[in-house]
Amino acid sequence: MAMTAKKERERATDIQEKKTKNIVYKTKELNLWYGEKHALKNINLDIAENEITAIIGPSGCGKSTYIKTLNRMVDLVPGVKTSGEILYRGRNIFDKDYEVEELRTRVGMVFQNPNPFPKSIYDNVAYGPRIHGIRDKKILDQIVEKSLRGAAIWDEVKDRLHDNAYGLSGGQQQRLCIARCLAIEPDVILMDEPTSALDPISTLKIEELVQELKNEFSIIIVTHNMQQAARISDKTAFFLNGEVIEFDDTDKIFSTPSDQRTEDYITGRFG
Amino acid sequence: MIVIDQKKVQSKMKSRIYRNQFFKYLFFSGTLICLLVLVILFTRILIQGFPYLDWQFLNSLPSRKPEEAGIYTALNGTIWMMAVVAPVTLILGVGTAIYLEEYARKNKFTSFIQVNISNLAGVPSVVYGLLGLTIFVRALHLGTSVLAAGLTMSLLILPVVIVSAQEAIRAVPNALREASYAMGATKWQTILRVVLPAALPGILTGSILALSRAIGETAPLVVLGVPLFLAFLPTSIFDEFTALPMQIYNWTSRPQHEFQSLAAAGIIVLLGILILMNSVAILIRNKFQKRY
Repeated sequence: MAMTAKKERERATDIQEKKTKNIVYKTKELNLWYGEKHALKNINLDIAENEITAIIGPSGCGKSTYIKTLNRMVDLVPGVKTSGEILYRGRNIFDKDYEVEELRTRVGMVFQNPNPFPKSIYDNVAYGPRIHGIRDKKILDQIVEKSLRGAAIWDEVKDRLHDNAYGLSGGQQQRLCIARCLAIEPDVILMDEPTSALDPISTLKIEELVQELKNEFSIIIVTHNMQQAARISDKTAFFLNGEVIEFDDTDKIFSTPSDQRTEDYITGRFG
Repeated sequence: MIVIDQKKVQSKMKSRIYRNQFFKYLFFSGTLICLLVLVILFTRILIQGFPYLDWQFLNSLPSRKPEEAGIYTALNGTIWMMAVVAPVTLILGVGTAIYLEEYARKNKFTSFIQVNISNLAGVPSVVYGLLGLTIFVRALHLGTSVLAAGLTMSLLILPVVIVSAQEAIRAVPNALREASYAMGATKWQTILRVVLPAALPGILTGSILALSRAIGETAPLVVLGVPLFLAFLPTSIFDEFTALPMQIYNWTSRPQHEFQSLAAAGIIVLLGILILMNSVAILIRNKFQKRY
């Protein structure tokens, strides 16, 4: 009797916690076309604060397109049309008076292939703050150190901050790109298959890093690797042919998916 | 089941290898002929002109007496002209390239412009001379000034500068632009801090090669009516001037043997300048190669 009461209370607080989790991104009826190709179909997704949301699905399912829509990088592709809404902190990012620069200053992105600038390690990390108008050398030094520590690469590069970033290994370059992203102190970090070009050890380091970052940031990660999604994420969305088939707690998706197609995909029957 | 007859393959083997050798030597002899012509040209000019090449030659005004004549005015005129050509082509050319690559939408109109720029690079220099004569010398009343000639030369090399700058800008990986945009950089910040620094070596290499072409061009200057003989230096860009290729052209058209040698000495100076500029271009290219 006492046991059940306690469990009941725990469940109540659990629900309470879930309810109070702030929504960062609210996607409503999002459709997207590349010219004639209907790439995203009626997407509805809520992404919560301080969680890792994984997006999985086979190649060409629209997962990368979706994540690139969240910071409107998809605008760079000629011939893109969208309908519906994405509310970031309550504001529709497609609004005419919402400048993309303003959005991207709050939403950082890490790309599939490490893409440091052909500059020094220091200048790479300081790039974001500098373009946002921070000139004070002391503040920049502080940001660079904090960001490199945050991306777990400080100890490896602290003695060669002014060397070219191209001298780093692929895994180090990707962590540098994460540091560069942290340097703008973003609210959300979007990661588009950040480990697909890396070896297993670098992948492991980045996965550990992502787990730590979740305490401070909301992270949305696209991954081709289902084990990775299962290992690191709190929520998982399964995309197929431009639609969200299922979106739920990661544990549930990987243990008892409610849709047959999700089960087929995660058990490796296709994809 | 074996379909290939090994005997037949063997019988063809020798002729294949012979043909391979034949083409190797054919192309090699082609290269050799080009080199040979160049070497003959160089040695002839060096033998003829070198004795006349001294400090006095560089420092004297042109004269009717060959032993007193020098290229002082021509060398100065060329430098004055390049002082107009270099900034005008760099600003206009790189600006156009940035606009076409980074800002302009890819539509029929821009591809029409693109085709025209490439075609303009192939228009004979005399035609540019006529254009300069009509617009700068006559319509704008600039006369045969440094400015008029400099602007004409700029028009002549602009297409080359634009196309090479465009190629350099296009060679900057898109991933770098994306990285910059994703941090909230504006287009201008991205161009200034990411695209231009990465494209600069390519832009400079192409521009220097184009500028060296402007130094050697004669035909547009002849059409503009730039004087062959001038005994004073320009003091501003609105003054008359003469240029190195004009001076060489003047000397070669004279019957006296000494003037022919002076022309050869002038050619050595001109070639020296061109080799210097091209070496700088090569140095820049090698220094910044393989940056991404």
